Amino acid sequence: MRIVHYVNQFFAGVGGEEAAGTAPDTRQGAVGPGRALDAMLGSDHEIVATVFCGDDYAASDASAGEELLALVRGLSPDLLVAGPAFTSGRYGLACARLAAAAARAGIPSVASMHPENPGLDEAEPAPVIESGKIGREMRPSLERLAQAIEKLAGGEELREHDGRIGRAPRRNRMAERTAAERAVGLLLTRLAGDQESTEVPLPSFGSVTPSAPLADPENARIALLTEGALVPMGNPDRLESARATRWLRYELEGLDRLEEGTYQSVHGGFSTVAANADPHRLLPLDAARELEREGRIGQLHHEYLTTAGNGTQVATARGFGVEWAAELRQAGVQAAILTAT
Amino acid sequence: MLLCNLVSIAIRVGAPRIVPTHGIPFPTGDPELGPEEERRLRRQLVERALDALGTSVDGPTVFELGAVTGAPA
Repeated sequence: MRIVHYVNQFFAGVGGEEAAGTAPDTRQGAVGPGRALDAMLGSDHEIVATVFCGDDYAASDASAGEELLALVRGLSPDLLVAGPAFTSGRYGLACARLAAAAARAGIPSVASMHPENPGLDEAEPAPVIESGKIGREMRPSLERLAQAIEKLAGGEELREHDGRIGRAPRRNRMAERTAAERAVGLLLTRLAGDQESTEVPLPSFGSVTPSAPLADPENARIALLTEGALVPMGNPDRLESARATRWLRYELEGLDRLEEGTYQSVHGGFSTVAANADPHRLLPLDAARELEREGRIGQLHHEYLTTAGNGTQVATARGFGVEWAAELRQAGVQAAILTAT
Repeated sequence: MLLCNLVSIAIRVGAPRIVPTHGIPFPTGDPELGPEEERRLRRQLVERALDALGTSVDGPTVFELGAVTGAPA
C-alpha cells in the first residue's frame, strides 16, 4: 500500500510552538515517527510521503482542511494515516478532521490519538486507534497503529479489540440474543460489580486541565468571549440561533460601549429581550473598558468571539474551544472571560 | 474563566474557574436592578473574574461574589 502520513510541525521536525503557524506542506517519504512506523510495517507497505501543518494553522485557519486534503489527494495514496496525536488538542483535531475529510473523499484513512483528545469525535467516519497519553508512549502507540494498518490492508474492519476508540458508524444486524435477554445479562453484570459495561456508551466530557493563574492582569491582554450569540444588529453573517456550526469575531477597537439597537442576540435558547435592551448583559464591555482605563486590565483584545451555545454538539463545541484557544494565543491574548447563558 | 448562571453544568463539564451570575439570559447584568446597581454588579463580576484568573486551581472552582452580591444601594 502507498501510505501518506500526516504529522504536525513538531513531529515533522519543523519546530515547536514558534512554528505553530506553519502552512501545510509535504516531504518525500517518512519523517519523524513515520520512520519508525514504516519500519514496523511489512515490505508490502510504504510511507511514500509525509504531509504536515502547524498546529495553530490547522486548528484556526479556515482553509487548512481543504489545503491538507488537496495535498493528500495529489499523492493518491491507498491509505492516509494521521498521528499519533496523544492528548494534544490542536494536533488531534487536525488529525481527526483530515482523516474524516479523506474518508469522505473516498481515501481510506485511520487516525491515532488518546481517548481524551478533543479531536476524537470529529474523526467519524474514519476509524481512530488509541494511542498513549504523551509522546513518550510513541513506540507502543505506533505498534498498535501498525497492526491496525495491516488489518485495514487485509480488508478487515477495525474493532474495539484492535484499539479502536470513539464513535463507530452504526449498522443494523441481527443480534444473537433478544434485547430483553441482553438487558438482564447487563443487569447481572452490574450486580456482579462491573460498572462499566454498556451497549450504549454515553458521551464523555473528558477532563480540562486548568491553565496556570495569570501572574499579572495589569499587564495582560484579555479577551471577551460569549456563547450568547451576540452579533451586530441584523446578524450580517447569519449566525445560527441553534446547533451552530461556526463562530464569529467582531471588532471592539475604539468601542467603549455596546449601545442598544446596534447589537442583538440571535440565541434561540432563551428570551433575548434583556440582552437586546442592554448588550452589556451578555458582553461586559463597559465594565471591562473601565477596568482597562484604571490599569486593572492591561489591554482588552480588539475583537470579541461569539457563537450560539444552543443544542450544540459536544464535539462541535470542543472544536470551537480549541479553535478559540489557538486564535487567541496567536493574537497574544493571555486570558479570556467567557459569558455563558 | 466562565461567567454563568448554570454553575452545576459548568462544574460537570469541567470549567476550571466559574463566577456565578444572577440569571441565564443576562450573565453580566440583572434587569431587576436599577441602572446604577446593575452597572456596579457588572463591574463586580468582571473584577471577580480577574480574581479567578489570578488564582491557581486544581479543578472546577466557584468564585462567589461574596456578601456584596447584588446588594441594593
